[in-house]
Amino acid sequence: METAAEPENLAGVRHIILVLSGKGGVGKSTISTELALALHHEGKKVGILDVDLCGPSIPRMLRAQGKAVHQCDRGWVPVFVDREQSISLMSVGFLLENPDEAVVWRGPKKNALIKQFVSDVAWGELDCLVVDTPPGTSDEHMAVVEALRPYRPLRALVVTTPQAVSVGDVRRELTFCKKTGLQVVGVVENMSGFACPHCAECTYVFSRGGGEELARLAGVPFLGSVPLDPELTRSLEEGHDLTQEFPKSPAFPALTSIARKILDGLPATLS
Amino acid sequence: MEEVPHDCPGADSAQAGRGTSCQGCPNQRLCASGAGAAPDPAIEEIKEKMKTVKHKILVLSGKGGVGKSTFSAHLAHGLAEDENTQVALLDIDICGPSIPKIMGLEGEQVHQSASGWSPVYVEDNLGVMSVGFLLSSPDDAVIWRGPKKNGMIKQFLRDVDWGDVDYLLVDTPPGTSDEHLSVVQYLAAAHIDGAVIVTTPQEISLQDVRKEISFCRKVKLPIIGVVENMSGFVCPRCKKESQIFPPTSGGAEAMCQNLKIPLLGRVPLDPHIGKSCDRGQSFFVEAPDSPATLAYRSIIQRIQEFCGPHQTEENLISS
Repeated sequence: METAAEPENLAGVRHIILVLSGKGGVGKSTISTELALALHHEGKKVGILDVDLCGPSIPRMLRAQGKAVHQCDRGWVPVFVDREQSISLMSVGFLLENPDEAVVWRGPKKNALIKQFVSDVAWGELDCLVVDTPPGTSDEHMAVVEALRPYRPLRALVVTTPQAVSVGDVRRELTFCKKTGLQVVGVVENMSGFACPHCAECTYVFSRGGGEELARLAGVPFLGSVPLDPELTRSLEEGHDLTQEFPKSPAFPALTSIARKILDGLPATLS
Repeated sequence: MEEVPHDCPGADSAQAGRGTSCQGCPNQRLCASGAGAAPDPAIEEIKEKMKTVKHKILVLSGKGGVGKSTFSAHLAHGLAEDENTQVALLDIDICGPSIPKIMGLEGEQVHQSASGWSPVYVEDNLGVMSVGFLLSSPDDAVIWRGPKKNGMIKQFLRDVDWGDVDYLLVDTPPGTSDEHLSVVQYLAAAHIDGAVIVTTPQEISLQDVRKEISFCRKVKLPIIGVVENMSGFVCPRCKKESQIFPPTSGGAEAMCQNLKIPLLGRVPLDPHIGKSCDRGQSFFVEAPDSPATLAYRSIIQRIQEFCGPHQTEENLISS
């Protein structure tokens, strides 16, 4: 199964960004989706690889649930989520017959599927492959890093929420990045502050400032804070493109600026 | 899916390692040797150990960050308010242990005694165990694959000197993988009362929670009920409610009706809960009269009733 040569399917992929967080539910999939959409609006071709095998969220967020993965002579054809075929997606969600079915798999089986995702998906030409991961620092993370590292330098985008309980887990994730040699492009703080739609009072529901402080402590760039925004939640629930449907949403400028910073930070080959 | 053992026969089946679906699986040789077929002797040892533990409750959720640890911690605080009730809280989130921080025990270490590892005590009647107590620095990452995590969980169940305990609460990581399978298998002979499932109102969360429920059904784990967390936010200034995480598909209530499982209650999103957790204090002490405290208390009462002596084995299984 192991080959020293680069899998042909990755040959056209320019950059790989892993979206990581030690903590669950901080918005990894949200940030992955919005990053992909923002890059798409910049005219880039983007692929998303969802390696959260037990809880794949991306298909719903891009309104691709129920779509099927087809085979071609080069392997699996990812699901295209837009008409121009500029966003392609691969997720275990497409391989389940029933969406409520639990993927009750131990590590080795998860590793095998991730290896297959890396070697057998025909991504074609991509400016950027965004890899959405499950919470933690375990099988999926090691599998995806091991499978991809030999072929491309891997970049990591680390997501946290502001409160100390989340920052504590994310510190551990940064240690993981260091140990596995991932280049951290920066930290994004999600769910920071909620502006009451009735009186505009901003409440820091999950505290504030944790992401910035973490970035400072770890010596990595802080890319910005995304506010808690029911319109963002709603657009993801229904699989709409926030950037098109809610241009006035407070999360929109934050997300665009973060995507811009990431894009600017990538070596010039992307432009 | 040819290379992935999609139809894994299971390590304890006669087909283990020999089925066509085993081709290419990294565990094929191990399974074929029959080593997986023998039940782990630890299961019997854990059964012996758990004889002094009356009730065992798992706190689960398919989704991360919905409040499993917050709920587990407050369930522990709530039960331990009765000083005659002995409570143990076990954190099996090996890669992201939050319980030490939430319980105000960061930096504590586990002590070894003749009868095993001693839990760290918050109160005389509330003991806590977490992998967090075994790390030397808060930056230490536990970068472990499944088998090592399973070994740790086995040790937590077998080698911790819990003593006489009324409630053992097990806080789990998100998902339906190694940790969950292991805790259920290791406690198989010791009888688990049931699982409390925590969710948030939006469909993105519920779709993972449905998977967790199907996991419970697969492994025949009774479901005590569902707790909907972060349900509605009341602005501290104008007191009007907003749905930060909108229940676009009817929230936990609709899901519970469809799947015929009890909804134990809803806990509103109160910024003070997060702050209490960050400080490692009980929210019940900090805000004894808040709507969230009252919601928690009513949920805790329903869990106590579920575990109460009037509940028969049959009811547990059918629920």
